[in-house]
Amino acid sequence: MRREGSALSGVGTVVLKELADNLTSTRMRLLELLIFVTGAGAAYSTIGEVRQQLSEYPFVFLLIFTAAHEPLPSFVAFLGFLIPIVAIALGFDAVNSEFNRRTMSRILAQPIYRDALLIGKFLAGLITLAVVLSALWLLVVGLGILMLGLPPNTDEVLRGFAFLLAAIAYGGVWLALALLFSVIFRSAATAALASLAVWLLFAFFWQMLVPLVTMAVAPPDPYDPYSALHTINVGMDISRISPNTLFSEATLAFLSPTTRALGPVLSSQMQGAIRGTPLPLGESIAIVWPQLTALLASVIVLFVIAYILFQRQEVRA
Amino acid sequence: MSGPIILAEQLTEAYGTNVAVDHLDLAIEQGEVFGLLGPNGAGKTTTILMMLGLTEPTSGTARVAGFDPLRQPLEVKRRVGYMPDQVGFYDNLSGVVNLRYTARLAGIPRREIDPRIDAAMSRVGLAEAAHHAVKTYSRGMRQRLAIAEILMKQASVAILDEPTGGLDPQATREFLDLIRSLKQDGMTILLSSHLLDLVQSVCDRVALFNVGKIGLIGRVNDLLREVLGGSHVIRVEATGSQLDRAIAAVPGVKRVTEQGGVFRVEASGDLRPQIARAVVAAGGDLITIAAGHASLDEVYRQYFEGVRDAA
Repeated sequence: MRREGSALSGVGTVVLKELADNLTSTRMRLLELLIFVTGAGAAYSTIGEVRQQLSEYPFVFLLIFTAAHEPLPSFVAFLGFLIPIVAIALGFDAVNSEFNRRTMSRILAQPIYRDALLIGKFLAGLITLAVVLSALWLLVVGLGILMLGLPPNTDEVLRGFAFLLAAIAYGGVWLALALLFSVIFRSAATAALASLAVWLLFAFFWQMLVPLVTMAVAPPDPYDPYSALHTINVGMDISRISPNTLFSEATLAFLSPTTRALGPVLSSQMQGAIRGTPLPLGESIAIVWPQLTALLASVIVLFVIAYILFQRQEVRA
Repeated sequence: MSGPIILAEQLTEAYGTNVAVDHLDLAIEQGEVFGLLGPNGAGKTTTILMMLGLTEPTSGTARVAGFDPLRQPLEVKRRVGYMPDQVGFYDNLSGVVNLRYTARLAGIPRREIDPRIDAAMSRVGLAEAAHHAVKTYSRGMRQRLAIAEILMKQASVAILDEPTGGLDPQATREFLDLIRSLKQDGMTILLSSHLLDLVQSVCDRVALFNVGKIGLIGRVNDLLREVLGGSHVIRVEATGSQLDRAIAAVPGVKRVTEQGGVFRVEASGDLRPQIARAVVAAGGDLITIAAGHASLDEVYRQYFEGVRDAA
């Protein structure tokens, strides 16, 4: 049985309304302030160190993103930490707040499908996230140009841009997760706590759990040297369930052009390679293509689950 | 358009074994004010949501303005204005901004939006507060804002779920006047309520709901006439076998309906002595026998009491 009319009618209206809400809410202003101060601070503090390597390293500009100036973590590490929080803040009350304000049935009684509401809310969140990250990215690049006194070369700009896209995809995963919880839990506080619990798991505890799980699943056989390799690979696969791992691997490949592989490499595989030489951008992208695909796939899977649950939800509060 | 504007045929909604709406048949004519009456949980809201295509019926069909709410929900929702129970708005936005959002969702041409909103707001008496945030609105103002939304949509059907819920008597009166003025515009209105007074004063026809079924349906005046003049209704509580036949055999008895040992007898006069004799003669134990309901309120109360006893 087919329903008539476009599932997308009304999406634009929802996006504009949600975007206006996102950009004017106090919650977002505070988060923007937080991310700008910490992000720009981290980048600013590293520039002093970066300057000393100006003559030695061909990709100085990218060092602004990756270099850490003790005791501050690098800009990239900050983002890996803060993007999920911003994305969760954008999504955790997307759907349940409509129920709690009792606006849901009134909005759905307008000639739109539920699809429009959910897609509109997700797109508005993603656009907000993209705007915040692009602004931050431009700010850091601008700071770099001012303080280093030289413009980034084409390769650096492209790599920086690829990193920005990966960051938005990474944010999209957390946004979709928060949106999913906002569909599942009627209480916004529960949805926020559930999202933050998942974030805590992946941000802090996942790397502790990985060795335990790996040893249980694929213990190395002391008489078989290849089994050790197998154990390492299994461990990496388990680690890559976490979007944080996927994002940090993607950033590593984009921002450190000398990265040739993300897993263990046998010396036979390194034969003929010149150590320390940068890869062209295309090769770097090829290395982390699976990571990027996995990030996008997570966004889609989480959104689809949220979509199905939302379609089946009772409208009455 | 010919035929009823709202039509339900064998409409059923079941959640597992729990049947919320049970094979409901309903036909509402254009321009009618129709009241769905019943206690909370009787299936009124579920029926309304099925009419709007917001809930999928388990079986049966509905037609609103000639469209199937299940397959053509957008067409239905374009023509129907809906005011949910305890209607909500975006509190931090003004009344006008709230309406603008729904106007765009409803696909109203951009340059018509503001004139329509202004007209609707002054009609419901919210012109003064139009640009204030909705969080400053009283309950009654929110209800009127919901009516303004329906007016702005220029809907031909308005579905109001518990429209006077939580209103004080003064606000209720004003609200009822508003509903009457909508009726004068030719709008078809379907409203649900558990307050009989409200329905009695504005509705052309009412349906009494209980556990998903319509118990009584008819014009308010007919129901009142049935109760106040013409026929008498006698309630007989008795135990015994085949008492309904014994009572029906009494001359002057028009109809006997039984619900769990309580017989509702429609008769041409006050036949209490004859019925009492018939029950005793049939070997039944007569427990109570009561006659005459003064108002529709009584019918309503009695009807649901009987049904609840049966449950």
